[in-house]
Amino acid sequence: MPKLPKPKAPGLIGGLGVTFKTMLKGAVTVQYPHEREDPPTRARGVIALKEENCTVCMLCARQCPDWCIYIEGHKEKRPPRREGGRERTVSLLDRFDIDYALCMYCGICVEVCPFDALFWSPEYEYSESNIADLLHDKEKLGEWMETVPEPEPLEVGAETGKK
Amino acid sequence: MTELALDVGWGTILAIKTVVVLAIIPLGAIILGYTFLLKMMAHMQSRLGPMDPGGFHGWFQLFGDGIKFIQKEDVMPAKSDRRIFAIAPAVVVISTFLVFLVLPTGPDLVVSDLDVGVFYALAVSSLSVVGVLMAGWASANKFALLGALRAAAQLIAYELPLLLAVVGVVVMAGTMSLQGIVEQQQNGAIFGWDGIGNPFVFAQIIGFVLFLVAAQAELTQTPFDMPVAESELVAGYMVEYTGFRFLFFFIGEFGTAFAFAALAATLFLGGWAIPFVTDPGWSNVLGPIVLITKIMLVAFLMFWVRFTYPRLREDQLQAVAWKFLIPIGLANILITGALKVAF
Amino acid sequence: MSVDFAVDRQAWRHLADAQVNVELDTGDMILNLGPQHPATHGTLRLVVRLDGERVVSADPVIGYMHRGYEKLTEFRTYPQVTTLINRIDWLSSFANEVPFMHGAELLMGIEAPPRAQYIRTILTELSRIATFMLFLGEMGLQVGALTPPFYGFRDREHVLNLIEAATGGRFHPNFNRIGGLKDDLPWGWVNECRNTMKVVFDACNILEELVAENEIFGARTRSIGIIPPEVGTGYGVSGSNLRASGVDWDLRRDGKPYLVYPELDFKVWTHPDGDSYARYWVRLQETREAARMVVQMLDRIPTGPIMAKVPRIIKVPEGEVWVETENPLGQMAYYVISKGATGPFRVKIRSASFSNVSILPWLLRGVYVPDVITILGSLYFILGDIDR
Repeated sequence: MPKLPKPKAPGLIGGLGVTFKTMLKGAVTVQYPHEREDPPTRARGVIALKEENCTVCMLCARQCPDWCIYIEGHKEKRPPRREGGRERTVSLLDRFDIDYALCMYCGICVEVCPFDALFWSPEYEYSESNIADLLHDKEKLGEWMETVPEPEPLEVGAETGKK
Repeated sequence: MTELALDVGWGTILAIKTVVVLAIIPLGAIILGYTFLLKMMAHMQSRLGPMDPGGFHGWFQLFGDGIKFIQKEDVMPAKSDRRIFAIAPAVVVISTFLVFLVLPTGPDLVVSDLDVGVFYALAVSSLSVVGVLMAGWASANKFALLGALRAAAQLIAYELPLLLAVVGVVVMAGTMSLQGIVEQQQNGAIFGWDGIGNPFVFAQIIGFVLFLVAAQAELTQTPFDMPVAESELVAGYMVEYTGFRFLFFFIGEFGTAFAFAALAATLFLGGWAIPFVTDPGWSNVLGPIVLITKIMLVAFLMFWVRFTYPRLREDQLQAVAWKFLIPIGLANILITGALKVAF
Repeated sequence: MSVDFAVDRQAWRHLADAQVNVELDTGDMILNLGPQHPATHGTLRLVVRLDGERVVSADPVIGYMHRGYEKLTEFRTYPQVTTLINRIDWLSSFANEVPFMHGAELLMGIEAPPRAQYIRTILTELSRIATFMLFLGEMGLQVGALTPPFYGFRDREHVLNLIEAATGGRFHPNFNRIGGLKDDLPWGWVNECRNTMKVVFDACNILEELVAENEIFGARTRSIGIIPPEVGTGYGVSGSNLRASGVDWDLRRDGKPYLVYPELDFKVWTHPDGDSYARYWVRLQETREAARMVVQMLDRIPTGPIMAKVPRIIKVPEGEVWVETENPLGQMAYYVISKGATGPFRVKIRSASFSNVSILPWLLRGVYVPDVITILGSLYFILGDIDR
């Protein structure tokens, strides 16, 4: 039987070996929607609104680079805390819409809110078939509060409690 | 099974065989396409390939693609030569069909066992060049024409290594008939040991590699797919083809791959022959299964190379054919002839 | 005011002349590698004049992706500008924020604390790894191999998961703030990062074996698109493209010190050839080097605060500053003019790919048509970087 000549193209043979090994190793595909991957805790999926914390200060709407937050509120009078005191006014939210067609998912609104009314949630399955349906109102934003995860602990060496 | 219970004339048998061959071409194309193009390519790329169509690992994908192509609108460029534009895909498929006519799948399962089987098969498989040129010319598109000219140059250049690789086998077998070659491999012996017959792949390893490389180029597969991957720039000779005609080209491409793999299996690996089964009754039943296994093996090698390597530039491609493969083929023939006379 | 340079006002005619179905004449043929094209990394239009198989002249037409960043930044505050400039070079977005924030901090005269500097450097090198992984894969695709891009994307996922775990966004981290970073790292990130770097080393070895050592790849890329060092520096080519021509210039080592690069021990890779293969090889080595730097830094992250003491409403004092950094694509620089407001007055963005692409008319003369694709792939520009 004639002797096989030494391959003069070892790179070519090596390349074949790589693809063969990968074929045997199995696929890395996650078959969505049958299987799902969990995004990390901090993943910026959707913004949730905790309505009771909001004081209609409009900081988020002002700081949004896209101006995609639409806020309307009104003031109401509340009885004074003590007898003979001045009447208090509270701001109540009428309308808090975020237009997710414009939202850049930058997180500036969540960051600047002084009253912790906005939170990030890793929820990502809220696609719509009509682009106008991406304008979500405060009821929907409030529903997403349930998906907001607990803040995770920070890495070794971080100073907690400081910003 | 020459004694069938039914007494049918040769015309009916010929008709049955023709229909079977006509059915095998798209079926073979689909099997090769699904296993290698969809599934093997996917796993080599760490992904899964189609999983949903048909439920079980997406077996229905290519059938669905076929149905999709059939129901598309038949569009022809305004300035094209209508008749040639329509005929060109058919020419390619017809040349594949003609190759299948001499491929044996069992001792009696061959449409026509010509005495010049190998010569005929190679001659007829080069008819597809005419189909490619017709497609490029009739498209009335300058880039399609250039793609077709490049493809024609490549296909013609690689006919020679294909032929030279096969001549070594013919010298060893002493006959050009494909059934005869299979018989020689089944009954032969390797230096006296006849356990597995004498598949020519051992003695003709150079010829085998040469045949595979030349077949890769004949099918315009990577690393020789510059005519088709003109889709980097514009598109190849198939640019103006949509719908049913494009389906024909696709079936032609994979059907030809099936045919070349079958030729390689027959010429080098022993075809339908199993070493220790000589009873013609059993061979007729097991032969097709054995041949299909060997075809899948050869096709695995061809597609493995296709998905791994980048493509050669047109001038490098021609240089490989003329300066490298043809001298090796000629040397192979010389050595084979000398050894055949000596032993 | 009069202009004193000659303007060829008829130049647009030959560009607009790019038809496809012209009569078959033996003169020059114009091929339009149009804005939609699988090989041009985005909306680059290349009007190529062919003589048979060879290119006679090539004119890149850019601007299809111009988003007006420099104008947009005039009306936004500094954190809002960060969200915009993330999207200039979207494959290595964190690296785009760094020079801008550094410039703003220089104008304010504050320095980010050491822990923030280390984490910034780690994330920059991670984005360098991410974008080069993509390059190593898609360069194979430009020359025709179908599998390398899948390996590039697959192994890049690990790095993107790391970035997402720390910042919340895979592609657009938006993590830099004036004075430091937005948040500290989550628990367990450092160990995840170490494991991911092992994956990166393996991936580099795999891609090297599959692509770089392939003889066909060598035949397609060696001696193709040679950029001589003088021509390269003359056109403003920077980054790995220039280092592949033998010029030993890296802003992390040779420019003004920024982030923690002065404290790190890393090697700058050069290659004498200057062809497409050299550019591939240099980026392959730089990926490995970046992974080594990340491992070095992971062992040395200091403890401490993540943000310096900055006022709540940040008004950057008046001044101008020019900051240039070694981005994965090349040298990126920002010229920030501030007039004391909450946002910049004017930001000029010097992007690396704009200058890298300017060499194309010179480089593409006389090459074959398939080599045009190879050269485009090896220069590795991002359209967002060219057009901003």
